[in-house]
Amino acid sequence: MNGSAIAASGLRKAYKDKTVLDGIDLDVRTGTIFALLGPNGAGKTTTVNVLTTLLAPDAGKVVVAGHDVSTEARAVRAAIGVTGQFASVDNLLTGEENLLMMADLLRLPRAEGRRIAGRLLDRFDLVEAAGKLAASYSGGMRRKLDLAMTLVGNPQIIFLDEPTTGLDPRSRRTMWQIIRELVADGTTIFLTTQYLEEADELAGRIAVLDRGRLVAEGTADELKRGVPGSHIRLRFADRHELDVAARVLHGSTRDDEELTLRVPGDGGVRSLRALLDRLDAQSVEVEELSVHTPDLDDVFLALTGHGNLNDQENPDDHENKEVGAR
Amino acid sequence: MSVISAPLADSSTMMRRNFRHTMRNPLTLLNAIIMPIFVMFLMVYVLGDAFSVGVDYADYATPGLIIMTICYGIGPTATAVNSDMTTGFINRLRVMDVSRAAVLNAHVISTVLRTLVAIAFVVGVAFLMGFRPSASFPQWLGAIGIVVLTALAISWLTVAAGLSAKSPEGAGILGVPLMLLPFLSSAFAPADRMGPGARQFAEYQPFTPIIETLRGLLNGTPSTGTAITAIAWCAGLSLAGYLWARASFTKRA
Repeated sequence: MNGSAIAASGLRKAYKDKTVLDGIDLDVRTGTIFALLGPNGAGKTTTVNVLTTLLAPDAGKVVVAGHDVSTEARAVRAAIGVTGQFASVDNLLTGEENLLMMADLLRLPRAEGRRIAGRLLDRFDLVEAAGKLAASYSGGMRRKLDLAMTLVGNPQIIFLDEPTTGLDPRSRRTMWQIIRELVADGTTIFLTTQYLEEADELAGRIAVLDRGRLVAEGTADELKRGVPGSHIRLRFADRHELDVAARVLHGSTRDDEELTLRVPGDGGVRSLRALLDRLDAQSVEVEELSVHTPDLDDVFLALTGHGNLNDQENPDDHENKEVGAR
Repeated sequence: MSVISAPLADSSTMMRRNFRHTMRNPLTLLNAIIMPIFVMFLMVYVLGDAFSVGVDYADYATPGLIIMTICYGIGPTATAVNSDMTTGFINRLRVMDVSRAAVLNAHVISTVLRTLVAIAFVVGVAFLMGFRPSASFPQWLGAIGIVVLTALAISWLTVAAGLSAKSPEGAGILGVPLMLLPFLSSAFAPADRMGPGARQFAEYQPFTPIIETLRGLLNGTPSTGTAITAIAWCAGLSLAGYLWARASFTKRA
């Protein structure tokens, strides 16, 4: 039975007159990966800072690991680990010294600190680099060391703020593998990312943050289903068949060169059967059928695309003012 | 772990870290030493005989150079503190419940210690160049005291500037006024011989009473009034730096 690792309701944060978080509700189950997805400046880091006790919200309640962040910050801190957007390793210390420094700050006994550091270096494949200054590490190694430093305290909940931004594809895959292993061990992961692929790969649940509001939340599949853009693509043997099909299927778009027809629809079995029945009734032969569901990129653009209604109000206001001035 | 010993343990962990930094990056020390020694050569050998200050010029200039060494030694601290802030290192510590005092104190204390080492070098070279102080033992202690107070004041200001600057480069630039101020004090020439404007500025800026106090102590002719002004400046600047640092630390997540 999974409890709630992170529960936030009505989170608000503004800097001067700029609203950064505009009423955020979150519920992250223990032992799962939750991804907060959003473009730059959406408020992802601010959210992490509030959830990790670094920043006091203007309004709202946050409970992390069963403790209120504003009144029991200490208990929250004891249960969480945070790996920030930049690999915050100490460049002038070696990998091992970085880990031992964390152990010292957690006031672990010397021997235990050494044991944990050794185990983490081994686990993250940093044994060879352990005695080298972190300044000489590659981007991927720095991120691994950064995460290893977070793990010294054996946190129940780990916050990863854009853990793979700027990494090459191979290092990114390694990081994903590490994150999956952490969850397999029972850790809860709260992840922010601007990569849809990453959220899709890792997260059980995804929330899309845009300009301080959650514009959607659900599993990757749920999000994809809720977005227009899923369609059925039919290919025909010749022009005649295409003509007939296009006449029967309203709202479809044809491509004469490819002899294909694009029919909007969610690809559900029932609607698919209805569609084929209508074609059968006209004796149209379909050469090829494929169902296209939108990927998260479509979701992202559809949800955060800034040509939406809210934006269109602004030019109107502007026009009104101009009219008034005349 | 008790309330008192936890911050102490954290401070010593952070001190060890800063000590390693200095040992691995000895340029930070060299930086503090080279410029004052160069200025000493310039003043004592090149220009020193050109103006008379009533005493041997090496004796006159050394107190100013000691203070200058403090000012030149702080650049690396501003940069280090700023990169701790901008790379998220301080946030990492805050989430680990490491006390604010531990982080800031460690930076201040290691800056003061590093500065004292640099000053020892500079004073050593000054001896070679003819510096002959006539201070008694208590006066020496007094001189060390005023140097430590000044180093504390400047370190707190530097840590605060480092915390509030947007980038390490910006933090570096904030130190420039501190490097220039000693030249506009009585470090190398008595204030009452300066032109109008410069003289008033030199008389009322903090480095003049500090340097005069140090000079008085080292030459065996201390003046209580100047010393009180100097100590008041050090205390005031330390407090201002401390409060500024504390506010920046809390504000920037």
